[in-house]
Amino acid sequence: MEFQSCVKIINEWDIVAARQLGRNVAKELGFGTVDQARITTAISELARNIYLYAGRGSVCIEKEYEHGKSGMKIIASDEGPGIQDIRKVMEDGYTTSGGLGAGLPGVKRLMDEFDIDSFPSKGTTITTIKWLR
Amino acid sequence: MNQVVFTFITQNRDYILEEWMNLMKENADERLINVISNEMFVQTSAEYIDLIISNTRRNNEEFTYKLSEFAEKAVRLGWPLSFLIEGIHKFTLCVINGMVLKGQVTKDNQMEIIYDLDKWTSPMKQEIISTYTQTWEGTVSLQKIALQELSAPLIPVMEGITIMPLIGTIDTERAKQIMENLLTGAVKQRSEVVLIDITGVPVVDTMVAHHIIQAAEAVRLVGAKCMICGIRPEIAQTIVSLGINLNEIVTKNSLKKGIDAALELTNRKIAKVEE
Repeated sequence: MEFQSCVKIINEWDIVAARQLGRNVAKELGFGTVDQARITTAISELARNIYLYAGRGSVCIEKEYEHGKSGMKIIASDEGPGIQDIRKVMEDGYTTSGGLGAGLPGVKRLMDEFDIDSFPSKGTTITTIKWLR
Repeated sequence: MNQVVFTFITQNRDYILEEWMNLMKENADERLINVISNEMFVQTSAEYIDLIISNTRRNNEEFTYKLSEFAEKAVRLGWPLSFLIEGIHKFTLCVINGMVLKGQVTKDNQMEIIYDLDKWTSPMKQEIISTYTQTWEGTVSLQKIALQELSAPLIPVMEGITIMPLIGTIDTERAKQIMENLLTGAVKQRSEVVLIDITGVPVVDTMVAHHIIQAAEAVRLVGAKCMICGIRPEIAQTIVSLGINLNEIVTKNSLKKGIDAALELTNRKIAKVEE
């Protein structure tokens, strides 16, 4: 781990701050415009989930190097209520807030690696990576 | 104000200033030192100390006026609030140290002197903090108003055709405003076609998409057709990846295409005038 920076998510505008940070790092790493849009959208979804369901948490961004390839890792963590049924939230169209229900499955499709860790009433950590091609 | 303290301060202004600047430079963080030049530091420090000293003589109103003037200057120069507050604290320290050195502080009057200095500096601190926060609050509220002004205008371009160009991040409050302006405007202007242009929206995530879909649906309910224009290629790809269904809504990649389509829908076209 060479580089890490975090943004605390407390109000709605912190989502924009997290997104901005993500876009800058993605640009620095040399991602193209389409991948930049994918990464910022993924960060936006994850940060919004924190804001909507947990109230507060943080989004951290790391540069990843592995087997000669580089990438960007996003870690979104909170100490909120946790996810009751992980299988269900990964289904398209499942929502508890009246939204589109495309957030988490969408993030999984936008990124290359996706890992979700959640304990009811303890919190959730979502780790996701996009590799530079 | 205690006479002993007062005479000491007025007589030893230069000494206090010297000591104070040394103390402050020791403690100041790099950020501040980098921001301002040395001359500026000396000049402004002198001004600050003079200002503090002037508080002993002048009446309160004049001081408040001078102080707010200075605070504004400090904000412009980028001096942090903590620096000014620390400055007052260090000033008190300098005065006490100086008085001890000159043997003016005795066991009998030391409490009195400290108490007196505190009584004198407390309102000053308060004044500085409130001036600073007022300046900030003013800036923030002005920016908020400025942001609201460019929030969601609805522009009639031709009879029956209205455009809402969206620029910047869409948050919950703005989404509400967009919906409101869109519906009241569409009804008032008797729009047949409403074009929402999202060229200037940097990120379209599920929430933004959700709001746009809802707005389009609501426009349909009031009897107009809604089109989304300005979907950039990278936005199109993220929308597909997210799995957002925009099948029900007509979409165009540019506003120009949108206007063409809107004209066609209202049985019109733009023609060249023949001589």
